[in-house]
Amino acid sequence: MSKLPDVNGGGSVLSRVMRNQILIPLAALFLLAIFNLIADPSFFAITLKENNMGNPVLSGQLISIIDNGSELAILAIGMTLVTASSKGQDISVGAAVAISGSVILRVLCGTDNSPETLQAPIIVAFLVAAVASMLFGAFNGVLVAYFRIQPMVATLILFTAGRSIAAWINNNQLPIAPGEEFKVFGGFIPGIPIPTPFLIAILCFIVTWAMLKFTNIGLYSQSVGINEKTARLNGLNPELIKLATYVILGLCVAVTGLIKVSRISTINYSVIAKDIEMDTILAVALGGNSLSGGKFNMAASILGAYVIQFLTTTLYKFKVPSTALPAYKAVVVIVLVVLSAPVVREKLSRLMKKIRSSKNTAENHA
Amino acid sequence: MQQGSLLELRGIYKTFPGVKALQNVDFTLREGEIHALMGENGAGKSTLIKVLTGVHIKDEGDIFIKGHEGAVQIRSPQEAQRVGISTVYQEITLCPNLSVAENIFIGRSKGVGVKWKEMNRRSAELLDSLGIAVKPTQQLASCSIAVQQMVAIARAVDMECSVLILDEPTSSLDESEVAKLFKRRRQRKERGVGIIFVTHFLDQVYEVCDRITVLRDGQLVGEYEIESLPRLQLVSKMLGKELDDMADIKNETKTFNDDGSTPVYEAQNLCSSEGIKPFDFHIKRGEVNGFTGLLGSGRSECVRAIYGADTVTSGSVKMDGKPVKITKPKDAMKNGIAYLPEDRKRDGIVGDLSVRENIILALQVKTGFFRPFSRAKANEYAEKYIKLLDIKTASTNTPIKSLSGGNQQKVILARWLLTDPKYLILDEPTRGIDVGTKVDIQKLVLKLASEGMSVTFISSETDEMLRTCSRLIVMRDRKVVGELTGDQLTQNTIMETIAGGDRK
Amino acid sequence: MSVNNLNGRRRGLLRNMTDTNLLTSITIAVFVIMYICAIIFLQKGFLKPQMLFNLLNENAALIILASGMTLVMITGGIDISVGGVTALISMCCAVFLDKQGGNVIGAIFIAVGIGLAFGIVQGFLIAYLEIQPFIVTLAGMFFARGMTTIVYKEPFNVENEAFVALKDTRVNIPFLGSVNKNGVYVDAYVEIGVITALLIVAVLFVVLKWTKTGRNFYAVGGNRQSALMLGINVKKTTFMSYVICGLLAGIGGFVYFMHVGSGSPSHASGAEMNAIASSIIGGTMLTGGVGNIVGTFFGTMSLALIQNIVRSVGLDQAWWTGITIAAMLCIFLVVQSIIIARRKKANNKQKQTEVKENADVGQ
Repeated sequence: MSKLPDVNGGGSVLSRVMRNQILIPLAALFLLAIFNLIADPSFFAITLKENNMGNPVLSGQLISIIDNGSELAILAIGMTLVTASSKGQDISVGAAVAISGSVILRVLCGTDNSPETLQAPIIVAFLVAAVASMLFGAFNGVLVAYFRIQPMVATLILFTAGRSIAAWINNNQLPIAPGEEFKVFGGFIPGIPIPTPFLIAILCFIVTWAMLKFTNIGLYSQSVGINEKTARLNGLNPELIKLATYVILGLCVAVTGLIKVSRISTINYSVIAKDIEMDTILAVALGGNSLSGGKFNMAASILGAYVIQFLTTTLYKFKVPSTALPAYKAVVVIVLVVLSAPVVREKLSRLMKKIRSSKNTAENHA
Repeated sequence: MQQGSLLELRGIYKTFPGVKALQNVDFTLREGEIHALMGENGAGKSTLIKVLTGVHIKDEGDIFIKGHEGAVQIRSPQEAQRVGISTVYQEITLCPNLSVAENIFIGRSKGVGVKWKEMNRRSAELLDSLGIAVKPTQQLASCSIAVQQMVAIARAVDMECSVLILDEPTSSLDESEVAKLFKRRRQRKERGVGIIFVTHFLDQVYEVCDRITVLRDGQLVGEYEIESLPRLQLVSKMLGKELDDMADIKNETKTFNDDGSTPVYEAQNLCSSEGIKPFDFHIKRGEVNGFTGLLGSGRSECVRAIYGADTVTSGSVKMDGKPVKITKPKDAMKNGIAYLPEDRKRDGIVGDLSVRENIILALQVKTGFFRPFSRAKANEYAEKYIKLLDIKTASTNTPIKSLSGGNQQKVILARWLLTDPKYLILDEPTRGIDVGTKVDIQKLVLKLASEGMSVTFISSETDEMLRTCSRLIVMRDRKVVGELTGDQLTQNTIMETIAGGDRK
Repeated sequence: MSVNNLNGRRRGLLRNMTDTNLLTSITIAVFVIMYICAIIFLQKGFLKPQMLFNLLNENAALIILASGMTLVMITGGIDISVGGVTALISMCCAVFLDKQGGNVIGAIFIAVGIGLAFGIVQGFLIAYLEIQPFIVTLAGMFFARGMTTIVYKEPFNVENEAFVALKDTRVNIPFLGSVNKNGVYVDAYVEIGVITALLIVAVLFVVLKWTKTGRNFYAVGGNRQSALMLGINVKKTTFMSYVICGLLAGIGGFVYFMHVGSGSPSHASGAEMNAIASSIIGGTMLTGGVGNIVGTFFGTMSLALIQNIVRSVGLDQAWWTGITIAAMLCIFLVVQSIIIARRKKANNKQKQTEVKENADVGQ
């Protein structure tokens, strides 16, 4: 995972850990784990089974979390960068995933809705989808960086049109990709018991880590997000950097699209990656990153994504219907943003001071 | 309260984290007078105004206003309006999307409804009486900045107030407009309203004011009748040097030997979008020169134009005799120019990033996107400059915003020194930092110059400039008005040139 | 250069217009031109007045929601919870009327109450705790959507008699009717929701134009800092805008419910986006301070009209709707952005010529 410079200087090891922002998702994860442990320890059971293809596969709630959380984690990478540089979020990722998935199926199936064999190599389909997604990312990026429209509103356009475009690409048909070969990306590679989406996610993390280590994208996007004026005076081109982060998010969207359509070999335009934008934004926030941009911690965002999936799975386990999930998550979001709001923090710290000082005076009196 | 006084401030204190902005300041405004509040940067005059208008809340002290029993509390702009203090700010605090008339009346009319006809009629009368030729129904954003400023003044003038504060309202106005304003102001004076006038333009002060209060470093220097304080003395009071003292200061700097070589940097007719008049400028290898003038005279805008920080609108630039194009900061950086901006917080630091990242930022941009320094290399650079400049920080990981002002400034300086520039521009590098650091920076400038770097130095403190610069370009009203070298480099000549002695 | 001189310079009509009026005019012009084109090229039903009234019938709820959205956007915020709130209201009212045996008055109270509750909570979080409006209302939207399915999962039609009677009430408009297939003259009609919507548009127009509170919304959206300095209670104004938007979401929700006469978790999906799009097309600036209810009305109608036209020319697949809305939204956003940029440039230029002239005088 990415190694970003930690915020803190000095202090004991313990206080340094305490101040690290990755502690926030870790604490949330810990709470969820404890809760599940008390409620039903079988939550943590992992078994090795054979699936209908005769492959050994791992199964269990934890495996389902790392499996289904992968798309979220991959999107969180791009969303973190976009948030850092443009001080806002892209709400069109769900719709863009639909487009990317649709493009992949279109290339794989050609004009036939359920062909006997794949009409094009998977890699070609993915590359075409990647180019398309990055173009849509660039479209958002141009609106944000050059036309200076607030990110959430600029991406509203694609949010509105995305699923329609996705349907249009395949003429509103639901093509079914044939064969087991394509199912691998959303299922299991024969012989490997770990779900492929998680492996793809790991690959993405490694690429991200390399990107952060071997390029200056981290430093540049953070500088632009924290202080655009300074960034410009230091020779950066803030517009170009913002655009670049949106294009990177586009690539993440393409990968997510591949996994999503591979899971079911087909697509449902109105359901695929539904509400994923909310979860992705939540992952970034849960990672302790400010939604108003600037400094970010990529590892924390990714962990945040898995924590969200953990929460989702836990809620499912308690028989919460999937349609009601948003209500619970919304409460979590509101609690998170209220607690991290500067106004609230200031009031809390003042309150703490008061309590402390009144305690002191009480002690003095005693 | 004394007889005849409108407003009295007694023993005002205001502290911001790390800065004592006001210490025991007294101020008295009498009925019907125009009172100038003068002082250089950081003297505390804007803090004092903000305490009066409820933007900041004073730590200690009392405010008395005629017609109010005892000390009054001013906790918000609304409360200030209620006790009869009306203000025109330097920045235009109007709503650009509303019409001129609305901007004059919003937030102060009574009742629930808006009577457009009456509002427009009254605005038209008011604008007419002030000689502002603008339609009341026009949208404010479509007016020029000067007209917007006049509208702000019209609003303040029309309000039922006993104290009118004009906080540098004239910086975006030209002379004919100012004349009109003053005419109106004399009428106000007759009505017994007191006016506090903050400005950097000495001409205006001597034209209209009755009394001057001078602040320096957050403390009261004194209150003077306008007749008893000639221009030169006013400047010396603001800068904190007595005339006699200043005559004694020897120019310790060796004069720069002009060997007739090609200048490192040369500009002709340079002009930017920020309203300075076109100027010529050059600097040679190892030379230290400076722009001087009061705040708002255009000295910062000049160096910003050199660096390409503002949009350059005209002029030709040569580096080492070869013509180059500098339209954006990156061009300047490639040509070996470094620029330490005036407003550290707004333009200099990247607050949330660490000291290390702040130090390597410029060099990192120069080396390119695909060649980031390794953590170890970055740390090595950071450690080197932390040691060299004696930056006090817990570690290279500390976020720069938690450092003191002086140390932040050193980090920015380190950032630029790391790029090994040919030509270094320092705009107010010593503002708001402690004396020790100030001396360090001055010494450093001289050392760098002796190693062959060219440095342009801007400071509000003239003795600092005298100690470091061998040539001074003097600015007044956004125009270069003189160039001083050699024997001319004395406090007296500088102040005479700044004050515009030649005009009176 | 003196002010006189400056003003004497000739200026185009456009420059003298306020941003609000300029953008509203564009919208109205776009609507009229589209309608005329539809009449000329498509004829079919566009010549019948009932076509126009049907547009109103279909979009009465959206007009109300968009009006609330416009108000919030004028103060510089955004509220994307309105669609979810509408769905929640439809479901709650439907359950109340059908499963609980409630009456229509009670249902109206429920609708308004839910809308207000959302408005108050969201307004408080945004105005007084200074949390980003987008995040707060996004959470509000998801909360409302989730709650809708918690209240009741399946879509169902409401059969409460009083309600059905109310739903089917038609207000006939004499003289504008048309002759139907069988050669019988039929009066043109609108639903009650349309009357409500038009009333709300009229009231809000008056509030925004002729009351101090209304102008305060504009001031806060134009420049928060300045508004504070001008003596306006910025927090209260912001809070009020969300409360009113919530109230309108309540009313709009009920009008929507009256139109569809059923409860379903998938009701009003994407309504928030349509409301935002209507406001933007109607000339409301995202940056705040600029906008007009009349513009929003025409914005909503333009949106409805273009969907109708798209259907009429044979592009009846569902996706064309989404794409046309997005395309219109995109065009109008870019136009806004260009207008702002040009205004800025024009001002800068003015400043520069002043300086230059000063310099000339100086020499």
